[in-house]
Order: sequence, then C-alpha cells, then structure tokens
Amino acid sequence: MATLAHHDSDFVEHVHHQFEDIEQQNEAYLVGMWAFLVTEVMFFGAMFLVYSLYRWFYQADFYAAHHELSIPAGAINTTILLASSFTMVMAVHFAQLRNKLMVMLNLVATIGLATAFLLIKFLYEWPEKAKHFLVPGPGFDPQHLEGTSKRAWELFYSLYFAMTGLHALHIIIGILIIGALAFLWQKGAKSVTEDYIPTELVGLYWHFVDLVWIFLFPLFYLIPK
Amino acid sequence: MSSHGSHLPGHIHVFPIWMYVKVFIALFVLMILTVAASYVDFTHIHPLGMTISPLVGSLINNVIAMTIAVLKATLVVLFFMHVKFSTRLTKIFAVSGFVWMSLMFLILLDYGTRAWEPVPSWEKFEGSALSRQKGEKAEETSVRPRQ
Repeated sequence: MATLAHHDSDFVEHVHHQFEDIEQQNEAYLVGMWAFLVTEVMFFGAMFLVYSLYRWFYQADFYAAHHELSIPAGAINTTILLASSFTMVMAVHFAQLRNKLMVMLNLVATIGLATAFLLIKFLYEWPEKAKHFLVPGPGFDPQHLEGTSKRAWELFYSLYFAMTGLHALHIIIGILIIGALAFLWQKGAKSVTEDYIPTELVGLYWHFVDLVWIFLFPLFYLIPK
Repeated sequence: MSSHGSHLPGHIHVFPIWMYVKVFIALFVLMILTVAASYVDFTHIHPLGMTISPLVGSLINNVIAMTIAVLKATLVVLFFMHVKFSTRLTKIFAVSGFVWMSLMFLILLDYGTRAWEPVPSWEKFEGSALSRQKGEKAEETSVRPRQ
C-alpha cells in the first residue's frame, strides 16, 4: 500500500531497489558524504597539527613572519567564502522546492564568489609574496627578519603555501563540481531536478571547504604577539 | 522537528530562508569580531590597575581567535550542513572526524615532554630532565655522562 501512496504523490520518489524507502536512501547518501568528509578532516588535520607544533616552537618568528600577510585581503576572502556558503545553501533550499531558476542563480553566484576568492589569492596575494622573496626555496630572502630566524620564516611560508594551496585546490575542485551540477540542472536532468540530495551533497562539500578557511584565516593572518 | 520549517510530500525537510540569513549575519559579525580582537593588545589594557603579562595577553588573543573560529564552524556544521536536523547516524559520522582530530593532537604531548627525558640534546636547560625513579633527583639517575 505504501508504494501506491508514493505513486499518488506529485513528488515522484526515486527509491533505488537496495533501499527500503526514501528516508533510508537519503540517510545512506548523507552518511556516505560525511564519511568522505571525515577523511578530509584527517587530511587537513595532519597539516593543522604540523602548524600547531611549529607555531608553538617558533611563536616569535611566526608572529614576525605573519606581518607580511594582508589582513584586509584575508578578511575579504573570508567574507566571500561565507557568502558563497550562503548562496550554496540557498541553492539546496530551492532544489528542495524544485525552483530551477533560483537554483541556477544561486549555483552561478557560488561559482562567481569562488572564482573571486581564487583571483584575490592567485593574482594579488601570492604574487605579492613572490615580489617580497617569500616563496620558500633558493630565492627565499625575507626583508624584515629583524633578529628572527630565517629558517623559521621559511617554515611559516612553507606551511602557508601548502595549506592555502591545498585549500585553493579544493576550491578549484568545488568550482568544477558545482559547474557540473549547474549543467545537470540546466539540462533538466531528473537525477538532480527530482531529487535534492545531489545538490545537498555538493553543498556539504562546499561548506567543508568554507570550514577549513574559517580556521586558516585566524591561524595565518591574525597571529597574536 | 516539525517546529523547524515544513515537510513537503516526499519527506523533504525544508527550512525557512530567514534561518539561513540569520546564520550568515552571525558568521559575518563573528568574522568582524575576530579581526577586531586581533588588533587588541591585552598587555596594554590594565583591568583594575593590574598589568597583563605578554604571555597571558598572547594567550587571551589566541583563546578569543580560536573560540570565534569554533563558533563559526559550529554554526556552519549545524545549520548550513543541516547536522542539527539530521538523523543520529549522520550525527555520529559528523562528530567522529572532529573526535579523531582532537585525539591526534595528543601527539603534541610527546613534543611537550621531551625536555623531561634524560637525553642531553633534548634538555631545555641543565637538569630539566625528570628522574625515572620516584622521589630522586634527575642528576643522580640520569644516563647522561656528567663532568
């Protein structure tokens, strides 16, 4: 009888044969995505551990080194990512209501904000570091050491480029995934228009990328004395 | 659960837009706060005429920055990622990553206690190593050859 009731609904449910009902199917998808995000927490977690250790060992040097980072650029990028998380969750909201136009608008806005984040990072922040000889390697030559250790500065900038670089890679992958999702919505693919879960899973990934930045921003840009 | 938004046919749990707007505003305000707090040098503030030592001042800055970051992360996880409204199984998975990460940070115990070991190059200063035998001084039992 339950299957009859499902067919009567305007909202057709696509329950795959291995699941009892739509609730179990949705939970399986969400738990699967969270299991992936746990591996991402482990991935980034190891880098946060390395950062914590060297920040503890070389607090004075890290404090001096962080002055070369631009707090306004970091704050603008934080705002951009928070806004992109908002537009992403709006896309999920309208996916639940099956409002294609609003989903498309919000997905495109999310991609636009993510691109703005990358442009600030790659066209302003990183070239600025290269100009001041702050890219780790043979050319590493900070101009304002003022008695602090050059090797510790190099450690700081190695961690800065490794961690913000890995995060930027996640942003690039995010843009590609959101782009693919927007393409499916535009095409009117039933797998996304009649089931909000794919949009929700992409949203979970995107919010995770935002979460990482929420910690990277204070740890690199706002180091206290 | 039903008090937070409406159910569409198909068991979809839809939340009102204002919930997301409120969370976004809170996140933005917290971002402004953390930037503002980073400019405050607590060693220059004298509550009740007391002077805050540089070490404690730095600690206050760190605690504020990390508390705000954890608050922001909690808002994102609970509302944007819908964990507050998710099933118990999803909640367990969501929490497990962060439990694992806090366990991993126990590795810092090793680095923090190396100076206690009777290995000359690890000692922060002469005699910082601890004795392996209870109630005896480090010097008497240290494996380090002493002149």
